[in-house]
Amino acid sequence: MKIINGIGASEGIQIGKIYKYEVTELSIIKKDIIDIDKELAKLEVSLDKSMNEIEVIRCNTLENMGEDAAAIFSAHLEILKDPELIDGIKNLIVADKVNAEYAVDTITKQFLSIFEAMDNEYIRERAADIKDVAKRMIEHILGVQSQGLDSLFEPVIILAKDLTPSDTASLNKHYVMGFITEIGGRTSHSAIMARTMQIPAVTGASNVYEELETGDRVILNGITGEIILHPTEDAIHSYKERVQQFIEDKKKLQEFKNFKSKTRDGISFDIAANIGCPEDIDQVLEVGADGIGLFRTEFLYMGREKFPTEEEQFSAYKTVLEKMEQRPVVIRTLDIGGDKELDYYQMPKELNPFLGNRAIRLCLNEPEIFKVQIRALLRASVYGNLHIMLPMIATIDEFRSVRNEIHKIEKELISEGVQVNPEYKLGIMIEIPSAALSASVFAKEVDFFSIGTNDLIQYTFAADRMNEKVSYLYQPFHPSLLRLVNMVVDAAHKEKKWVGMCGEMGGDTKALPLLLGLELDEISMSAPTVLKVRSLASKISKIDAKVLLEESLMKENQEQVLELVEDFLTNIED
Amino acid sequence: MVKQTVEVTNPTGLHARPAADFIKIASSLPCDVSIEKNGKEVNAKSILGLLALAIAKGDCIDIITDGEGEQDGLKKLVDFVKNIKE
Repeated sequence: MKIINGIGASEGIQIGKIYKYEVTELSIIKKDIIDIDKELAKLEVSLDKSMNEIEVIRCNTLENMGEDAAAIFSAHLEILKDPELIDGIKNLIVADKVNAEYAVDTITKQFLSIFEAMDNEYIRERAADIKDVAKRMIEHILGVQSQGLDSLFEPVIILAKDLTPSDTASLNKHYVMGFITEIGGRTSHSAIMARTMQIPAVTGASNVYEELETGDRVILNGITGEIILHPTEDAIHSYKERVQQFIEDKKKLQEFKNFKSKTRDGISFDIAANIGCPEDIDQVLEVGADGIGLFRTEFLYMGREKFPTEEEQFSAYKTVLEKMEQRPVVIRTLDIGGDKELDYYQMPKELNPFLGNRAIRLCLNEPEIFKVQIRALLRASVYGNLHIMLPMIATIDEFRSVRNEIHKIEKELISEGVQVNPEYKLGIMIEIPSAALSASVFAKEVDFFSIGTNDLIQYTFAADRMNEKVSYLYQPFHPSLLRLVNMVVDAAHKEKKWVGMCGEMGGDTKALPLLLGLELDEISMSAPTVLKVRSLASKISKIDAKVLLEESLMKENQEQVLELVEDFLTNIED
Repeated sequence: MVKQTVEVTNPTGLHARPAADFIKIASSLPCDVSIEKNGKEVNAKSILGLLALAIAKGDCIDIITDGEGEQDGLKKLVDFVKNIKE
């Protein structure tokens, strides 16, 4: 038994026999030719054939694997039409009087050597595409049929040095249990396609190719990236149980995709997802989250050279609102300062940046910056269920002055003839203890609260969470934090306002029983956690969670609360 | 033939989406389009050629159009490069 580690590129565990995929190297010899036209004609025929083949693969891929995977082959079609590549090949045939396959090989290698040297993932992927296309063209010129992966007749784990997108697309899914490659990472084409096809895969497993022969048995762990060569019977036996468990867990979790989020005793609440940019939406839709609990708008401002325009922001907000249809989308206004800086905006050095001119404070000091964002948000409001959330509000006066500002901007827009959805909501993030303590005052005037645990914990314990020396004071399970959150929830519910939670604590499955006991209306987390939390919530009864919370509120410290919670979780029936 | 020098200010240069968008515009023009960087000239209707130039932020490139509608075409492409924001 021997273990080789690669990159877990696609989830799943398989135990099976290896099929070693050997690519016969095409032998390309430079030949001097006399009949140039004949050589050019050979090239044209190979271009036509390749084009037709790729078009068929593209259609099949589109049907079986969707647009993302099919886009790879659209790119291949573009390469076949690329003037620099094709004219370069033709010119070489004509100028040097060489054979077509040699010309294809030479010109593509010129591009490959440039592309492969570049430190840019997008371009390196194009290199893989060019290689794939060139191989197909040369095979047609030479009239050789490549040994495909479509002729498998029993279930196997494919072992290859590398798999081209074409190889992966031609895999007969019925017989491919998984694949292992020496080359490639998590974002290589083959890894992406493996995930789409839901076939476990390990990529980047160096030195595995020479170790194995067709028929050898392996255990492939696509989660950890481990490959166990020649496993013992004991290892196989214990892995078989893990495989079974994995399949069952996954199936169960998938069932929750279309379920309403609710507790075992049927109390509904929302499980929302946090996003950083509009592209993250696809993942959110995939897990069927009930809404967006936190859209951090900082990404729109960071990594660029000047402030984003109203149009740019509008289009980002519109995309997210439209894609979420009528589900609530909480968009947080600009939250910079503290540890988040902008290259193009000099913030004066502060002694305590976390206690300084950041988030809503900065927006109040720079109304012009804030106005652009609010205009974009209000214009986008007609495309969905917009919730505007203000970060770092400390006092009711701050909230009122921001609200006035927003109303002023709304009136301006309307007088310009721009449509605004009057149903949009305005809420605040609770992350400063003064706001939590005055929650009953705020609750009368805001539409919602969202508790930002990361900062609330930092400010409650007066401990910088980035400072290692004091990081032990980051204590989400401490009774004082639970008491604070409990107060906020009570204050909100008294005024019939909803209250959510975003931040690390929301996605912590260990915290879930307490959060359900606290009666939060919404919990927001990263998209991959949504189904796990939804599944766990369905096993917890709200009544039990409330008892757990009551007990926790009376404890002295975090350890005692954790003990209670762990006990609670082990006693949940499966 | 007309020609204009532009500085690429986009932080990610002329890669990925901006490159693909550039090709789309260039390909829609009736005239010939090429780009020259450090003395190397490529057909600007070719994504591979464009990527091979490895145009990064701060690079100065010459955009050259030749033939029908060369003036308008040049303006379109120059405006595009000046306004890319990734």
